Amino acid sequence: MRQTSHAPASTADYTTLGLTPDALADIYYHMSLARALDERMVILHRQGKVVFLVSCQGHEAAQVGSALAVKKGADFVVPYYRDTALVLALGMTPRDVMLGLFARAADPCSGGRQMPMHWSSRDLKIVTGSSPVATHIIHAVGIAYATRLRHEKTVAITFFGDGASSEGDFHEGLNFAGVHKLPVVFVCENNGYAISTPQRKQMAIKNIADRAEGYGFPGVVVDGMDVLAVFATVKEAMERARNGGGPTLVEAKTYRFLPHSSDDDDRSYRSREEVEEWRRRDPVERFRAYLAQQHLLTPEREAKIKGRVAREVDEAQAFAEASPLPAPDTLLRHVYSEG
Amino acid sequence: MTVRTVLEAVRETMREEMRRDERVVLLGEDVGARGGVFRASEGLVQEFGEERVIDTPLAEGAIVGVAIGMSLNGLRPIAEIQFADFIHPAFDQIVSEAARIRYRSNGAWGCPLVVRAPYGGGVHGALYHSQSVEAFFAHVPGLKVVAPSTPQDVKGLLTAALRDDDPVIFLEHKRTYRLIKGEVPDGDFVLPLGKAEVKRAGEHVSVFTYGMAVHHALQAAEEVAKEGVSVEVVDLRTLKPLDTETVLASVRKTGKALVVHEDNLTGGFGAEVAAIIAQEAFDSLDGPVTRLAGPDVPAMPFSPPLEEAFIPGPEKIAAAIRKLAAY
Repeated sequence: MRQTSHAPASTADYTTLGLTPDALADIYYHMSLARALDERMVILHRQGKVVFLVSCQGHEAAQVGSALAVKKGADFVVPYYRDTALVLALGMTPRDVMLGLFARAADPCSGGRQMPMHWSSRDLKIVTGSSPVATHIIHAVGIAYATRLRHEKTVAITFFGDGASSEGDFHEGLNFAGVHKLPVVFVCENNGYAISTPQRKQMAIKNIADRAEGYGFPGVVVDGMDVLAVFATVKEAMERARNGGGPTLVEAKTYRFLPHSSDDDDRSYRSREEVEEWRRRDPVERFRAYLAQQHLLTPEREAKIKGRVAREVDEAQAFAEASPLPAPDTLLRHVYSEG
Repeated sequence: MTVRTVLEAVRETMREEMRRDERVVLLGEDVGARGGVFRASEGLVQEFGEERVIDTPLAEGAIVGVAIGMSLNGLRPIAEIQFADFIHPAFDQIVSEAARIRYRSNGAWGCPLVVRAPYGGGVHGALYHSQSVEAFFAHVPGLKVVAPSTPQDVKGLLTAALRDDDPVIFLEHKRTYRLIKGEVPDGDFVLPLGKAEVKRAGEHVSVFTYGMAVHHALQAAEEVAKEGVSVEVVDLRTLKPLDTETVLASVRKTGKALVVHEDNLTGGFGAEVAAIIAQEAFDSLDGPVTRLAGPDVPAMPFSPPLEEAFIPGPEKIAAAIRKLAAY
């Protein structure tokens, strides 16, 4: 998988994927927004203004490409904590993300209760999750079961890292989905590391997607640094699920450019050369190169997108910083239904 | 009124709620064609079909985890754990997920589901078919924990659990399944969660308990009544939320409190009841708040003398009552 030279922009023909130049510009906007917002959050952490974050840098193609295949507000999305670019592309705003980062009362995910990046939005059907990995994979399966029972045409799609694939819940969830041929898509964002533990110490196989065969449904490996390749793959999986064809396990091979979280230091387990090697395949840069190659990104258009992104990031930060913290007396609320 | 066993009450309540509400589904190991290893779901798959009565793979984490997903998407699942002893692989899904979903989403998401599990011993079930697990779950905010003792209470409380908007752990003492019979109201019958019931009124000593131990306590009360000791038996019925009002009213009347459960002593639910009494009714006490529980051994053994030695049965309860009455 790994390449030493600059990866090709993309081999995809966007017209065959049903995409328009405007849709491509929107993809580029979301990838750029996720990157810029993430970079700002890292700075805020270094400045001591926020206490914790999980970076999504490097995963933008895997996430934005997948989001594009989701019927927003109809399909259920069950994400994990690295999915900032995903939830932005699904409709959460930079303000929403910043409100969570600053633990503000108006944080739409949890009202400042959870650590940042524990996504939730009832309106967008983004399902609340926890920090232990893989537990949510089974929830997506149950969601899909309910959908099928009511003969609805919606799909559940869930995201997780390579580390989660070692958990029993991964096996239990995929097995249950296979038995009932449920409308669910499993997307593994394989960045090669469970915090510090490399894939070779996590499993004896090269492709996590190979495990799908053991559950009786297709597994597909896709270049997770190529947003259009991810879109094409996830779109096909979503259509199969929607049309009664059952689950798919998609493995997007990707890389996280930064440590696992703001509390991690990856220098003890990854060489700088390895990180640089992957940075040469930066999914945002790569898509930019693709758009240029297709003559779809004029300098004016790019400047416009970058300008919009910069304004939104600034505005989101200012908005969140000025937003009130939760009142201490709300601590006891929502333990049980308040009717 | 119809006379039913506890087991029949479980089955008929599920049937009635599944008829009433198409969102109710049942999933678990062997719940379909086999009707459950205790026959709690006998006939349900024939009436409601395989889509609503689901035989699952042997994976307790998935049984509860799938139920959580169903609940998030509008169903009202009943997740049956074949024996409470096998619930531990699902602990993470129950405690870290179901219990916290409402809180962690600031009220945006809820997780209405019922986890049913046969628990308790006295049926030669040994270490892995006799466990009492209530204390683990009663510790967890976000969960409700119910442990009924009679067919009528099973119907009223299971109906309430299935209509509740939050996750409920519904513990069925397996010794009561076929042993305990009683009249059950016909038609719609709901008992509120969080209400204890005085199963026998008395003046000298209050016994607080739940599940099969209620019947042991009633037997003990009958025994010591012959000696002139008047015992009040309070069936807690719901451990979480606990009906502290009824507990405190009883102990304020008698001045003496004995808390009984089959689960082992240390860190058991009785410790919570005892602490509440000690703190809230200190001035009314006329003797030490006393706990009688299973011993602190890892589990109930198989061989009959060992099993009997474990269970706080009528004789042990009667002895504890006499000691407290004489204090």
